[in-house]
Amino acid sequence: MKMRTRKIKDKIFTIVSILAVIFITLPLAHIIYTVVINGAQAINLEFLTKLPKPPGEIGGGIINAIEGTAVLVGLTLLISFPPGLLTGIYLSEYGKGKHVNIIRDIINTLSGLPSIVAGLLAYTIIVIKYGFSAMSGAFALSLLAIPYIVRTSEEAIKMVPNEIREAGLALGLPKWKVTLYLVLGAARPRIIAGVLLATARIIGEAAPLLFTAFGSPHHVTSLFEPVSALPLIIFIYAISPYKDWHTKAWGAALVLMIIVLTINFAVKYYMKRTRI
Amino acid sequence: MNERKLPRFLKLDDWLGYLSLLASVALIILVLILFYELAIQSLQALKTFGISFFTGTEWNPVKGVFSALPFIYGTLFTSTLAILVAFPISIGIAIVLTEILPRNIAEILSTIIELIAAIPSVVIGLWGIFYLAPMVRDSLAPILSTLSFIPLFQGRTFGYSYLTATLVLILMITPISTSVYNEAFKYVPNDLKEAMYALGATRYEVVRKVIIPYTKSSLLAGIILAYGRAIGETLAVTMVIGNKPNITLSLLAPGYTMASVIANEFLEATNTLYVSSLVALGFILLIISLLVNYIGGVILRRLEK
Repeated sequence: MKMRTRKIKDKIFTIVSILAVIFITLPLAHIIYTVVINGAQAINLEFLTKLPKPPGEIGGGIINAIEGTAVLVGLTLLISFPPGLLTGIYLSEYGKGKHVNIIRDIINTLSGLPSIVAGLLAYTIIVIKYGFSAMSGAFALSLLAIPYIVRTSEEAIKMVPNEIREAGLALGLPKWKVTLYLVLGAARPRIIAGVLLATARIIGEAAPLLFTAFGSPHHVTSLFEPVSALPLIIFIYAISPYKDWHTKAWGAALVLMIIVLTINFAVKYYMKRTRI
Repeated sequence: MNERKLPRFLKLDDWLGYLSLLASVALIILVLILFYELAIQSLQALKTFGISFFTGTEWNPVKGVFSALPFIYGTLFTSTLAILVAFPISIGIAIVLTEILPRNIAEILSTIIELIAAIPSVVIGLWGIFYLAPMVRDSLAPILSTLSFIPLFQGRTFGYSYLTATLVLILMITPISTSVYNEAFKYVPNDLKEAMYALGATRYEVVRKVIIPYTKSSLLAGIILAYGRAIGETLAVTMVIGNKPNITLSLLAPGYTMASVIANEFLEATNTLYVSSLVALGFILLIISLLVNYIGGVILRRLEK
């Protein structure tokens, strides 16, 4: 082939690749821009601290959703962290043989669980019997968080150098002490980072909450009552016919984006600082 | 103690081992219960409609006739189109990241692209309703209509369409495949590339003759994982697809997916057959997405070894 056509092909290829970058970063920039511009119009003290007004009335806030999200995320971590971490410990420290791969595969299938199906499952298992509640919402979110926590804790623990285990065992410590104090101690930064990233992921999920947490215009008073959540009101307000609700959807989106991005950047900074 | 008679996985030396085994077993039982529940709840719909649940095209709650095909079609149509576009885009971006930009700038750009994956699905849906759908209706559709001899671009649009949903999906899945490709391209041995450059090859030739052949299975794994994500994506799609069961090739027409019909209609479902049909849709969705994720995961894990 002639040199010239080869060079032209190369130029076209480079230009197309750069266009691909623009094609994907431009919408991102526009999303962030529109969320900030529209969200800023909604956000004020009343918006962040008051309960919502009835449909059609101007004013009111989203404190119900902020409380709901905090409760849902806290509950989800309480439900999913202990079994998730323990399973991670089993897979990396105790399990030997073929069955470990089977356990890992089965739990990994959960990571392919579509979020709406997590909601369906929580509905058929919990809501049918006990009604809409914060608990059922947290159960649905846990189904999404558990495989993530298992995987990150297993990987974090596996990265702890063997010398640490050997040093502990050589001192005559029982294995559980070595695992709990030495191995988990060394793996802690990565485990924390994993839990934070899991939080950032589930905090923005609305689909699992539609038929579980359901939404509520009141303060959170009980874990066995319906609660609202930030992603949930973004969805409900966005598809509503009220202009004021649209503005509120953007305000809630801005609050949610700030939380999610802060967590993501905090993890990035933290990982850099602890050099993991 | 007679330790030898214990099965191998029970030979643990302390309480933490047993406790952690217990947690693992509990999670496995949970997964099995989940499958069991979905299967049981789907049974009524599958029994009532039999094979026509998969082949019929009617979804009519008033008449009590339910069939899954329009939704399966909508899910696969949008997701497949999305990966067809996302695939070359991700390769292009990964090439820019690994081959063209200096490392520190590439790192910033890859952080920015990861950001897209962190944006909650509802926020993308919100943007889709108020900006993307109007843009598709007013700017993109008129241009595409000039190509209306192609079935994909026939008909008129209100903005809420297969096209809008596909665009949203492309945006959401590209970061996933890009990050797989970015990692894979980094591991292409430098001597291979340098040998090509030394022979006078252009960058395009190096990409085609070295990088892509060398990373073939990563390319496949990345796009399969992205496919899994696209299939399960719910709200961002629900908010822009128009929500109308519609088997058509036209991208400009409104459509529906399995995930969106569950999201929209589950709470309104008034009788058990209706509920069971929606759960059956969820079951089909789960099976498809697990299969896709499993295949992608197997390929990735084989690569890691």
